[in-house]
Amino acid sequence: MKILVCVKQVPDMESRFRPDAAGVWYAETDLAFRVNEYDEYAIEQAVLLKEQLGGEPEITLLSVGPDRVVEAVKKGLAMGADRAVHVRDEAAHFKDPFQIASIIAAYAKGEGFDLIFTGMQSLDRGSSQVGVAVAEALGYSCVTTVVAFEYADGTVTVKRELEGGVKGTVRMKTPALITCQLGLNQPRYPTLPNIMKAKKKEVNVIPVEQLLQQEARLVLVKFSAPAKKGGGVILEGEVADQVDRLIGILKDKTAVLR
Amino acid sequence: MKALLIGECRDGKLLEYSYELFGFASQQGAESAMVLIGTEAALPSYGGTVYLADAGKYGEYDPDLHKRLVQAAVEREKPDYVVFLHTSYGWDLAPRVAALLKAPQVSEVVALAEGGFERPCCSQKMRQVVKPVGTPVVLTLQGGAFPALVPGGTPQRQALEAEGEGRTEFLGYEAAVRKGVDLTRAEIIVSAGRGVGKRENLPVIAELAKVLGGEVGASRPVVDSGWMEAGAQVGVTGQTVSPKLYVACGISGAIQHLAGMKKSGFIVAINKDKDAPIGEVADVLVVADVMQFVPALTAKLAK
Ligand SMILES: Cc1cc2nc3c(=O)[nH]c(=O)nc-3n(C[C@H](O)[C@H](O)[C@H](O)COP(=O)(O)OP(=O)(O)OC[C@H]3O[C@@H](n4cnc5c(N)ncnc54)[C@H](O)[C@@H]3O)c2cc1C
Ligand SMILES: Cc1cc2nc3c(=O)[nH]c(=O)nc-3n(C[C@H](O)[C@H](O)[C@H](O)COP(=O)(O)OP(=O)(O)OC[C@H]3O[C@@H](n4cnc5c(N)ncnc54)[C@H](O)[C@@H]3O)c2cc1C
Repeated sequence: MKILVCVKQVPDMESRFRPDAAGVWYAETDLAFRVNEYDEYAIEQAVLLKEQLGGEPEITLLSVGPDRVVEAVKKGLAMGADRAVHVRDEAAHFKDPFQIASIIAAYAKGEGFDLIFTGMQSLDRGSSQVGVAVAEALGYSCVTTVVAFEYADGTVTVKRELEGGVKGTVRMKTPALITCQLGLNQPRYPTLPNIMKAKKKEVNVIPVEQLLQQEARLVLVKFSAPAKKGGGVILEGEVADQVDRLIGILKDKTAVLR
Repeated sequence: MKALLIGECRDGKLLEYSYELFGFASQQGAESAMVLIGTEAALPSYGGTVYLADAGKYGEYDPDLHKRLVQAAVEREKPDYVVFLHTSYGWDLAPRVAALLKAPQVSEVVALAEGGFERPCCSQKMRQVVKPVGTPVVLTLQGGAFPALVPGGTPQRQALEAEGEGRTEFLGYEAAVRKGVDLTRAEIIVSAGRGVGKRENLPVIAELAKVLGGEVGASRPVVDSGWMEAGAQVGVTGQTVSPKLYVACGISGAIQHLAGMKKSGFIVAINKDKDAPIGEVADVLVVADVMQFVPALTAKLAK
């Protein structure tokens, strides 16, 4: 069995975001990058399946982006993936979700993957399009927002999460693509020996020009902070002082402190 | 300008939020028609054209068939926009329709903007404006961004059919797990988020809830990592609460969490990040480390 996991590297969401020079996306200076949270569930599910099948499946990770994304795939390799593909694209940020999907599909086409795992969305752009679009391009069955996964004899049974915590159970045959939702499993922390082992695993670099055949369908116009509408009180400063001020406000504005 | 609106049915009923699609069409000043894969009983209160495909035949979740049904309606209506809600149904189906139509898709639209559509990014901390190139444009709308509008009237029904078979088999729904306290009745809720750091820190949150006489809630990661029971989760996939006081400790304020608590009477957020989106709904944002501030607050209140 061959498994592909798509991994996006995204900035830490606790960062301060500033517009880039063109004012259409964030400037990368001062940002720390990490694996997209949803993709950690995707990697973990692939590794769990490999373990279930006695180590037989081969897990390939794929990330499209500049050289920094190699850090992200290294983490996945340390979690238990076998090899990685880095589609090198210094301008990955100028690709829309559809182009990213066609790049991934162009790579996957000849490879005969039985299963592809992606995140249900990325934390930065978060369009929830890439996984589904890859499946459509490859003609794979696809189910999104998966919170439970089972595999037996070429059949995949998953639960997808709906509003209000309701779930829907869906069955399909491989080849299939699954987009992973938070809580699907408990992503493992790479151990030190596995981090060392990961250093020796293969990372195959492919220039994006070899895979990209599609024009963008979306143009970015502007990137900015949302207009503040809340107008709530912000308490900064010393903790003791913040405590007193908050208690004062609660006494004034609510009936809960009596 | 014409918008083809894709309504949603579950268990044979129209989902109320489908009326937000009419709200969008009216804001755009667009003519509209709706596609519904459902039953007669689910028809909306709307005097325009509704393309009704039988959910008995096409299922409520069969994306391979549903995308072709939408495509068939697109061929008849030739709309400028094909509009979904950004829900488990919409974000699953919209990219498939976009692929079939070779159309651009803008996801989770919150507003119309000069030069395109405004949508959130960077976990709701920032906004971007995106311009689609080509027609029709596939859109998914963020829940609540466009106020629901009930146009009223009786729909003109059009039959909708598609050929072929889907590759996925839908086996049924499963109700949500509801264990523990019923937070919907609580007057005060103190919720723990990932910013609390680790499971061992949770008693600090529980103690604040205790001195306030409230219950303890949680954001999703706290439940997903097994620190608290699923019943404690507040948000779209958990409980929707409206206590008199909601205290969010180390919670960033993702839209899915806000959906479950923004109707609270008074909201206090404790967060070390002054720009955290929770600030948009908080009446008071305390910029501090939860583990320093919360124990100090509890101690003072206990006096
Ligand atoms: C003009 C313009 C400028 C942009 N600038 C930037 C920028 O500076 N930096 C930036 O990060 N983004 C930028 N973007 C957005 C970036 O191109 C998108 O992140 C990309 O198109 C993927 O879409 P998404 O993140 O919405 O994916 P989603 O559909 O939300 O992601 C779902 C899943 O797809 C997979 N996936 C997504 N992207 C990749 C990838 N690159 N490699 C492997 N797997 C992936 C992952 O498994 C992920 O969980 C820009 C876009 C445009 C149009
Ligand atoms: C379809 C779907 C459904 C979802 N349903 C739900 C739902 O029902 N409920 C829900 O909650 N989420 C839900 N989510 C997840 C949601 O998108 C967010 O991922 C989640 O709400 C984030 O939880 P958080 O705020 O606790 O964590 P984070 O987003 O990681 O935020 C942690 C916050 O804590 C702050 N912080 C960190 N350390 C400290 C410290 N020492 N002191 C003070 N502050 C600190 C940080 O600044 C940050 O703002 C759903 C997601 C999807 C895609």
